[in-house]
Amino acid sequence: MNDRGTRVLRLDALARVEGEAALHLRVAGDSVAETRLRIYEPPRFFEAFLIGRGHTEPPDITARICGICPVAYQMSACQAIENACGVTVDGPLAELRRLLYCGEWIESHTLHIYLLHAPDFLGRADVVELARDQRAVVERGLRIKQTGNAILEQLGGRPIHPVNVRVGGFYRTPGREELRPLEERLRQAREDALETVRWVATFDFPDVVCDHDLFALRDPGRYAIDSGTPAVMAAQGQGPALREFNLAEFEQHIREGQVPHSTARTSALDGRRYLTGPLARYAINGRWLHPVATEAAREAGLGDPLTGAVCQNPFRSIVVRAVEVVQAIEEALRIISRYERPPRPAVEVPPRQAAGTGATEAPRGLLYHRYALTEDGTLTEARIIPPTAQNQTAIEEDVRKAVQARLETAGPPADDEELTHVCERAIRNHDPCISCAAHFLDVTVERT
Amino acid sequence: MVTELGPAIRTRPTLAVWKFASCDGCQLTLLDCEDELLGLTERVRIDHFVEMTPAEGADRERARLEGRGPYDLSLVEGSISTAEDAERIQHVRHISRYLVTIGACATAGGIQALRNFVDVNDFLAAVYAQPEYIATLETSTPISAHVPVDFELRGCPIDRRQLLEVINAYLAGRKPQISNHSVCFECKRRGTTCITVAHGTPCLGPVTHAGCGAICPAYGRGCYGCFGPSSKPNLRAMIAQLRHDGMSERDIQRVFRTFNAASPDYAPVPDLAAEEQQSPPA
Ligand code: SF4
Ligand code: SF4
Repeated sequence: MNDRGTRVLRLDALARVEGEAALHLRVAGDSVAETRLRIYEPPRFFEAFLIGRGHTEPPDITARICGICPVAYQMSACQAIENACGVTVDGPLAELRRLLYCGEWIESHTLHIYLLHAPDFLGRADVVELARDQRAVVERGLRIKQTGNAILEQLGGRPIHPVNVRVGGFYRTPGREELRPLEERLRQAREDALETVRWVATFDFPDVVCDHDLFALRDPGRYAIDSGTPAVMAAQGQGPALREFNLAEFEQHIREGQVPHSTARTSALDGRRYLTGPLARYAINGRWLHPVATEAAREAGLGDPLTGAVCQNPFRSIVVRAVEVVQAIEEALRIISRYERPPRPAVEVPPRQAAGTGATEAPRGLLYHRYALTEDGTLTEARIIPPTAQNQTAIEEDVRKAVQARLETAGPPADDEELTHVCERAIRNHDPCISCAAHFLDVTVERT
Repeated sequence: MVTELGPAIRTRPTLAVWKFASCDGCQLTLLDCEDELLGLTERVRIDHFVEMTPAEGADRERARLEGRGPYDLSLVEGSISTAEDAERIQHVRHISRYLVTIGACATAGGIQALRNFVDVNDFLAAVYAQPEYIATLETSTPISAHVPVDFELRGCPIDRRQLLEVINAYLAGRKPQISNHSVCFECKRRGTTCITVAHGTPCLGPVTHAGCGAICPAYGRGCYGCFGPSSKPNLRAMIAQLRHDGMSERDIQRVFRTFNAASPDYAPVPDLAAEEQQSPPA
């Protein structure tokens, strides 16, 4: 479309991300003047309609924010309420929760790796096209995904919006023998997952380094999933290598803003751009990977996690994800092998007038909840900060860099179709979960 | 473009998946059919499914908004809550031979229909520092409030076996075999002891549409109605029973006001609950 010298092109439908969003790109000559990730999901008002509900309700309600990581919402919500009520869920109940969460990691990461991300590296339009000539590979992915879903179904009743999670624990806990069939599947899945790491390690990765601060939970002794302290690894030369703060101070460090172009809010960590998710988790928790996952990471060229290797190439996030799938499988096997059915399926969580916070590592990154309750458990405040909203600025920066790099490349100038592809790839690296933040990515290139 | 494809491809029926205000859970259910997915993609051309396949063609904006079509079967997820979406659904209907809604959002307005009971501006102000940036309708409505719908599949989320049945039925040109009875029937079939009878657990099973396979009672939890009302639910009797099992008026209202809040069948609940409170069952 030509409009008085300004060329505006609409390149739309960013495919293969969860949910939908828009990207507005303004190119002036040879440089990128503006990148705006525009999330315009119809607002769904979750925080507003939690107000006035009972303290047992957030796990079921907030699960409906996102169908791809409902367990993450359930776990962060439970933690925040339990924290407010002064209750700690530990021992076998905490282990079962972690097992459920492993199921979600396995399922969600594998979905992203095989169905959404790998086609980018293999020059295929989508997984259907990929399956046409690499059917066995796609079947392997579906098998791993199904194993993750099997855990979710066994423990949660169903893979999407599990019904068995409650504040304080579960409605019903499984007996040891009920978990046994999962063991066999998980052992098969471990082989498939190791194959996956080897497979994605062979992909062709553009040589890119991001300079975002990295932000993840840190849980010394184990790879953070369902607990830990917020930790920041500053981009090189930007302050102390690693610092932590109390979860209670989360909103003093993470400041959310609102921009006119998006229904999602954007955040900054102490005023700086940052990234949460696999790259951040791996940087902060890598040394606590299981030996099998450690070895897989080394072999895949991620460096030695035991010596604190960091991966800063967003394109390689697919490799980190694959390693995290191995990790989640190992962790699930460990939990099942030691599991004894707890005497009660849940601990009592009597309400009291207080506020509480909870944060866990959703597959896409750190997910924070805060609730304030009255004496009878009625919610008076609700605050939810999902990973994609936190990553929005970092994603925009990655897109800007990727487009700039392409514009500076010698040879024929990039047409809009190619630029769209460049943008889409840069965005898909981050597995944005746009329904959690909001929805819809259409790409507009504006050239002035 | 469909017309540019060879005749062999054209003979395969086409499927489109559309998203409106939702959590994506129902469309993900399609990707959760791991055993059937590849087989399905051989029999059906999945032509429009943003989550999985790229939009092609010169005008991607149009492709996203309007698809290419026509499609033999459109699966629609999510509710209508913006003016743009109210227009888009008209177009989707226009280019679809069959239109099936999937899930509570598309079938009953979803959890986002909780806004229908308040002034939406209060919600905007509660969530956004600058509500003027946000465009939204005052209500969240089901697809059937806007266009004719061929079939409504219940659930939050839908059940994957039911989804496959619906897809197979429409491809075969027959009616889907999805029964209208309540969750109670599924408990009986599953052999689950009635948790209300055995433990006095409040449960919406008697008035909730079947389809999930009666998951919650099997896990020791009362049904919370995520599949919405069964046909002709006896709410008066249900409310009396819930009260008998220890639920307060407020809890009763809340349990109906969640994922299917705007179901017309639930409209009498507040009155009935108040009435029951005045005259407790003998
Ligand atoms: S019906 Fe439930 S699972 Fe389906 S899209 Fe709506 S919120 Fe998600
Ligand atoms: S028992 Fe009721 S609440 Fe539970 S999954 Fe089935 S319909 Fe939904």
